[in-house]
Amino acid sequence: MAEALHPSGDDRFAVLDKHLKRTHHAQDQLIETLHVAQEVFGYLSDDILMYVARALLLPPSMVLGVATFYHLFNFEAQGEHACSVCTGTACFVKGADAIVAAVRDGYAVAPGATSEDGFLTLRTARCLGSCGLAPVVVIDGNVAGHQDARSTLELIRAQARIPEEVN
Amino acid sequence: MPEVRRSIAITIDDTEIDAYEGESILQAARRFGIKIPSMCYLEGLSVWGACRICVVEVAGQHQPRPACATLVVEDMEVRTNTARLQSHRRTILELLFAEGNHVCAVCVSNGNCELQDRAVEAGMDHVRFDYRNPLRPVDATHPKYVFDPNRCIVCTRCVRVCDEIEGAHVWDVASRGHQAHLVTELGQPWGRSSSCTWCGKCVASCPTGALFYQGSAVGESVHAPDLVARLVAARRDHEWFPPVESPTSPNEQNGDDR
Repeated sequence: MAEALHPSGDDRFAVLDKHLKRTHHAQDQLIETLHVAQEVFGYLSDDILMYVARALLLPPSMVLGVATFYHLFNFEAQGEHACSVCTGTACFVKGADAIVAAVRDGYAVAPGATSEDGFLTLRTARCLGSCGLAPVVVIDGNVAGHQDARSTLELIRAQARIPEEVN
Repeated sequence: MPEVRRSIAITIDDTEIDAYEGESILQAARRFGIKIPSMCYLEGLSVWGACRICVVEVAGQHQPRPACATLVVEDMEVRTNTARLQSHRRTILELLFAEGNHVCAVCVSNGNCELQDRAVEAGMDHVRFDYRNPLRPVDATHPKYVFDPNRCIVCTRCVRVCDEIEGAHVWDVASRGHQAHLVTELGQPWGRSSSCTWCGKCVASCPTGALFYQGSAVGESVHAPDLVARLVAARRDHEWFPPVESPTSPNEQNGDDR
């Protein structure tokens, strides 16, 4: 079964180590490394940040400073599924707030947070640049245009039916 | 060893001076005793250019330039104190005061504060913006020092002195925009950071009362911003001389210093 388990007992570190090795532990690869770490672990915990800092021989405060500068890095566990609703001007005019409210009430999740059962993370985005498709929602990375509250909830339900292996 | 540096003639406020090539306007002005107010600049540290208090006008350029980050150019004509610049500086200071919780009456640095000094110089007697009154918890976990983010203006002097002079890089700026704040290591309390060497250079460099010695009362905190320039000169020239002034702390007086 397990062939060469990472010394930590968590094989996800092996994926991170592979990236570190490929980039020769270069300090200027910090952002890339954080991206890989987030992809592998889902979010950047203090332990992961410290692991990256040690691997790149960088001060932990600098790693935290860089990671917190960018909105794409998460520091808390994310839900199984993610729903981003664009609240840019065009989407707002077309009723994005109704979509946000529907998802918020339907899954008991505040914008920017994850539902208690860990099923869904609801995010709001400033503008996704696809104003012609307004209102836009992104569900698990798939962009869907011309949505309303009902169709968004349907999309989330459809996404939940897809087994996680298929991406 | 005497260094050969090319001279560059520039004019600052109608005074002709011989600046050095590669020198900033601020450095040249300071050498000739011309006062340009600054906050984030500290001699001996890298240039950050964040506070924009040191803005000056350069003839032929529409935008004001930060004197700390603008290098001198032959025949440059600089004005340091026009009505426009005074208005800019005042606005910047008002924004700084509105952003944090700067209450001089209860501050350890009252009377020894660069932010306060700049505000007095600029004649800033009130703030035209709404105070943000942010909620920022004080970190008094370090056995020797206290960090009060309410008084922090994120000038990053402590970040730079810790990285460039002490080499520990305990401090850094996290987040961005109005949420930018200082962190020690991974954001844990300062007292639990393993890389802090307790050297106190961050406290010496702090322009406000954000960093101070444990046990300091109102107006008791004295910083020593010239310490950095002294250290840099000593390392470069191998010439040491007695300190003119060192930061006083209640602990040091008790012989409690590490």
